[in-house]
Amino acid sequence: MADPMRIRAQAAGDKATVRVLMAHEMETGQRKDAAGKTIPAWFIQQVSAQLNGKMVMTAQWGPSVAKNPFLQFNIKGAKAGDKVGITWVDNRGDKRSDEATVT
Amino acid sequence: MKKFLMMSALLAATCAVPAQPKSSADAIAEYRAMLADGNPAELFEAKGEELWKTKRGPKNASLQQCDLGKGAGVVKGAFVELPRWFADTAQVQDLESRLLTCMERLQGFNAAEIAKTPFGKGEQINLEGLTAWISAESRGMKFKLSQAHAEERKNFELGKRAFFYRGGPYDFSCASCHSQPDKRIRLQDLPELTKNPGNGIGFAAWPAYRVSSGEMWSMQRRLNDCYRQQRFPYPGYASPVTIALGVYMGVNATGAESIAPALKR
Amino acid sequence: MNKKRISLAAAVLLVAACAAVPPAPDYDALTAQMMSGSFRDEGIAKVDRLQQDAANQACSKAQMANLPDVLAASIQQQALSTVRMPADGVFIGDWREGEKLAQNGRGMTWTDKSAATSANGGNCYNCHQISKAEVSFGTIGPSLYNYGKMRGISDPASAAARPIVEYTWTKLWNAKAYNACSGMPRFGHAGLLDETQLKHLMALILDPKSPVNQ
Repeated sequence: MADPMRIRAQAAGDKATVRVLMAHEMETGQRKDAAGKTIPAWFIQQVSAQLNGKMVMTAQWGPSVAKNPFLQFNIKGAKAGDKVGITWVDNRGDKRSDEATVT
Repeated sequence: MKKFLMMSALLAATCAVPAQPKSSADAIAEYRAMLADGNPAELFEAKGEELWKTKRGPKNASLQQCDLGKGAGVVKGAFVELPRWFADTAQVQDLESRLLTCMERLQGFNAAEIAKTPFGKGEQINLEGLTAWISAESRGMKFKLSQAHAEERKNFELGKRAFFYRGGPYDFSCASCHSQPDKRIRLQDLPELTKNPGNGIGFAAWPAYRVSSGEMWSMQRRLNDCYRQQRFPYPGYASPVTIALGVYMGVNATGAESIAPALKR
Repeated sequence: MNKKRISLAAAVLLVAACAAVPPAPDYDALTAQMMSGSFRDEGIAKVDRLQQDAANQACSKAQMANLPDVLAASIQQQALSTVRMPADGVFIGDWREGEKLAQNGRGMTWTDKSAATSANGGNCYNCHQISKAEVSFGTIGPSLYNYGKMRGISDPASAAARPIVEYTWTKLWNAKAYNACSGMPRFGHAGLLDETQLKHLMALILDPKSPVNQ
């Protein structure tokens, strides 16, 4: 099971700014190890965000996203106390979901 | 379409792709500003806090009784007073050295084995988290290393001499790169370490997450790679020269604010 | 009478106090011990690299202050005597190869597989500006942009250019010949680069056709 994400969500006016740090190697599949063997690709392919259980954003990522990726976006209409859920799925089929409350 | 645009913008923010520069210095400053939010060091801080509180090792004990210099279990403010003299080991120790002591005495690990373990492997991975969290607990505080004990003063003198020690096939010393203001290697600014280089600079900026390699580097690792690039032989983990250099740099940094764990290229 | 007694007593006390203060530790000796005990061999980087010749010893001790003139002069003279001019009398190689070498920062670390000169770069851009096109340059050493042009070198093989050509070669071979505590590695003397590689670097900064001199 992958390491937890760090999610912070702050309400300001009519929206909330959500910041997420994900722990993931994001291996491009282009690198070679010391022995010359290609390190297999291993990266997040899908990210989705929910507000109080309802899907508000989906994203499709590729191998060009950096290791331990940082994601920031706004949710219109989110307010303090709302629950923000983030889920990622990688090319191996591993997934991780974490939740945070909007402050 | 909106989603696609938003995703591209976010991708651009997360990828290490530099914008078209007005000047290369501007571009790099822009890149660093983009990275400043969401420092992956936070992931290591979270791990470190968990490790501190988790029962581990042959003795199945946590590190919560570890004395980092301000009393057993006191973490806040400890980082900015290290390295310092410890009576129980009769040594001046830095953070990593002290963690080895606690991991051995409290948890039953073999400190010598951990010291021999290469960076990024085995218990060294846990040290990344621990040093990240412990330094985070002193974030914003000012360095105030003690020079009250004779051994602390001796380490300062030895650290200073080590700093200026020229050797290896390139005749480099630490001073070759770190004894003048406003110098750089390629485009990497170099802190002047013979005096206080300012808040969050030099000694006050490590441990740090290095974006270029996606690695969390403690001061021990930073010193190790310095010596590698100086073309010196390999310094032992938490060896006397590394402690002495920590005292020299730390005392010089007195009054500077720590920003550890920081973010580096 | 009392005053004299008191001051005598005070003097005795002072002397006794001074005699009781231990001498300052021999920090230099302790440093040598610390250095030899803190390092180990790794790859091509062996602990014998900690050994210091007279120049490194003196410059370390000076801690970036100037050496006394006599000492500096003797170190410089000794360094000058180590310089070997090219066997075939040709000083200038190919500036294109020189640029590659100047860009190459590899060599001599414990992660480098070989200490052969063929595995080494010149590391030049780490410290110097050289061509105008390369903006990623360091500032530890002076700019070498227009090096040959500024010195009026139109033909490096000419007799007129000889003094500058020999000076430049000497600097590359053993920089301490002109500056006892130079921060520049001794590329020839320390066996970091061979004659051919040094000639390419010479071309980079002295060849009038080199981009450095445009």
